[in-house]
Amino acid sequence: MLDAEVKQPKRWRRYTIDQRLMRFAIYLFLVAAIVQSLRNINIIPEFLIDAPEQMLDLFNRMWPVDWAYYPQSVNSALVETIHIATLGTIIAVLLAVPIGLMAASNFTPNRGLNFVARLILVSSRSVNSLVWALLFIAIFGPGALAGTLAIAFRSIGFIGKLTGEAIEEANLGSIEALKATGASRGALLNYGYWPQIKPAFWSLVLLRWDINIRESAVLGLVGAGGIGMTLDTAMNLFQWDRVAVILIAIFAIVIVTEIIITQVRKRLL
Amino acid sequence: MPAQLSIQDLTKSYRAGIPVLKGINLEIAGEGVTAIIGPSGTGKSTLLRCINRLVEPTSGRVMLINGETSLDLAKLKGRALRRARRQVGMVFQEYNLVERLTVMENLLTGRLGYTPAWKAWLRWFEVSDIDRAYELIAKVGLSELVNQRADALSGGQRQRVGIARALMQKPELLLADEPTSSLDPKTSVEIMELLTELAQAERIPVVINMHDVELAKRFALRIIGMSGGDIVFDGTGDQLTPDHLKSIYGGESWLT
Amino acid sequence: MVNLSQSLIAKRCKPFSLSRKAKFGFWLLLAYVVYAGAQLDFSYARFISGLDNASAFFDRMFPPNFERSRILIKGMVESLQIAVLASLLGISLSLPIGLLGARNLMPGWATWPARSLIALCRALHPVIVAILFVKAVGFGALAGILALTVASIGFIGKLFTEAIEEISIKQVEAVRSTGASFANVILFSVLPQVFARFVGFSTYQFDSNLRNSTMVGIVGAGGIGGTLFSAFQRFDYDFVAAILLTIIAVIMLGELFAGFIRSVFLDNIGLSDLLRKRNKPTSLSEGKDIA
Repeated sequence: MLDAEVKQPKRWRRYTIDQRLMRFAIYLFLVAAIVQSLRNINIIPEFLIDAPEQMLDLFNRMWPVDWAYYPQSVNSALVETIHIATLGTIIAVLLAVPIGLMAASNFTPNRGLNFVARLILVSSRSVNSLVWALLFIAIFGPGALAGTLAIAFRSIGFIGKLTGEAIEEANLGSIEALKATGASRGALLNYGYWPQIKPAFWSLVLLRWDINIRESAVLGLVGAGGIGMTLDTAMNLFQWDRVAVILIAIFAIVIVTEIIITQVRKRLL
Repeated sequence: MPAQLSIQDLTKSYRAGIPVLKGINLEIAGEGVTAIIGPSGTGKSTLLRCINRLVEPTSGRVMLINGETSLDLAKLKGRALRRARRQVGMVFQEYNLVERLTVMENLLTGRLGYTPAWKAWLRWFEVSDIDRAYELIAKVGLSELVNQRADALSGGQRQRVGIARALMQKPELLLADEPTSSLDPKTSVEIMELLTELAQAERIPVVINMHDVELAKRFALRIIGMSGGDIVFDGTGDQLTPDHLKSIYGGESWLT
Repeated sequence: MVNLSQSLIAKRCKPFSLSRKAKFGFWLLLAYVVYAGAQLDFSYARFISGLDNASAFFDRMFPPNFERSRILIKGMVESLQIAVLASLLGISLSLPIGLLGARNLMPGWATWPARSLIALCRALHPVIVAILFVKAVGFGALAGILALTVASIGFIGKLFTEAIEEISIKQVEAVRSTGASFANVILFSVLPQVFARFVGFSTYQFDSNLRNSTMVGIVGAGGIGGTLFSAFQRFDYDFVAAILLTIIAVIMLGELFAGFIRSVFLDNIGLSDLLRKRNKPTSLSEGKDIA
């Protein structure tokens, strides 16, 4: 070994200058955004101090819970909500799968079609289900039809994007083998891609159904059917004890849905 | 003067009434490699982990004697325990590097006992720590890999980093829990050589668990055989006869 | 002889036919669709008359009317601010709460309350939470921020806890053995293992908050939702179109930004990487997130 090696004190930095500049720029940007938001946000201090008192008042009005209201109106509204969510999910699956296929760059090589499909998927996701509901109410009038379509159109983006991603990440080996036998597009889909993405697909459909149950419950607040409408009425009439039973019902249905999904996952996936 | 380890009447039961370590008495003093051999499940790993309290002993004392001071490692808590752990370096069978961090950062984790959290987060380590890290990396022969992520390294390379990390602590005692069990024979020898050389250079005692008897005989000054939670052999490699091996491991067919 | 066995084989097995279960499931689903449709009062006639409305509706939507851009921008900026502050608060709170919920690191008296809190935060839809906050702190952005913070804690907290429970405890053991303090152990052995996933779901939650912030205004919690809702009620459909286009544009930008943050923190991009042209063809999973 060379004895003449000079020992230089080495400075160690985790990131190169390049990377540090980048990270610093982002931190700066985030801090600026936060400061800007804090300065401009309208917070009335009296309301903030008042808040615990208001919450207590609210809970007082909610108790005792009006259980009798449940069989009267809540139950049927709840069932309607479930139908909205389920039908909406089914329609979404039917519409989302072809769009998702169109967006997958390995299944559809045409970049133009890819782009259009992705645009559709992004728009579907960017518009909230409540806003979709408002849109469909303007077209089809208030009620469950608007709600179902709102759920469906919102879910297309979710299911389509993830299905497309699953297809893009499929193992190409078996696909190539099928192509080599001269299989048609349809056959490729059925016997090549589908078996691979099947578990992920059902998993995400279940997940979306779970989310849709929660979403359907609030759609009624703008008039799109389901238990949201019952909630809206009760709140407008300041019947807080009924509001309480409705909230509990919504909570319960969410829990039941989670249990169903965990069970289905265990047994079928 | 190198530190001494005095284990007195150490017992450990994972489940009540079933002791894994049955009153171990052991003195480890001076420099040099002490190898502990014995079949799986006999408590070798438990013994080592009781020393730096990764496992809680059921009873007994683990005295670390360093010049004037002697500490009972088995009784320490909280900050005192952490201070004491700084003095005991450990090398693991599965290297246990933090995969997402680079080699340099893994080495610096060896100095975490001496660095306050906020400084560690900002990666503001002492210059002396960083210098020592570069030294040790050079000693284990991995200078070009300083900024590589740990999960990009081979097994042998990872273990070298593991050894360097343990030595970053400037420990009084080095423990190694089956450091070569996951490595191929050639790399195993390289790692054992590295361990013995470096420990000698730092002048600290090393205690190594191993299941490869030949390797133990080749590198260890003193061999301790354990069987069923007791020490059944304590001597040099030359004194280790096939009869001794039979009492440690049982069975004969594996003996040449 | 050969012909006979061939036709026998053809009769006995239809390769790739759907299993009994799948067929049954399919018919069940179809029956449900018909049933539910009837329950919800769907009829073909309604649908057709709706489509007529739809064409009138779309006529009124285009061209989109950007004349009232001041209100539009004000509302959009407020939504952005709600999203930024809710994400900040949500992410900062989720770190300790999620950590407390990890059963492999924390004792029972810490994990149980933390996990229950997270479950509670997820229980109700953000809009409902917003309504409750409007009652508590009044109309305006504060209610929106608090509602989305709760939603963020529910989401990030749950995933963070799950991520921590999946780490390799051996790496933690190794760092512990060096005498590192609790904070150092977390910083150097737990966080590096979960960092990638944490950045992933934090940026996802930011996008989600951005989306939700555009509609909590419908119940009075600030942002452009209020403007949108009143535009609908006044039948100003061309203004509605303008608002929707702005929302979609902002959300797309938000997703791009989130993807950018991911590449800086996960792939360690530097400035020079930005200047170099990227040759990879883009795929859907650019900006891949967990849901």
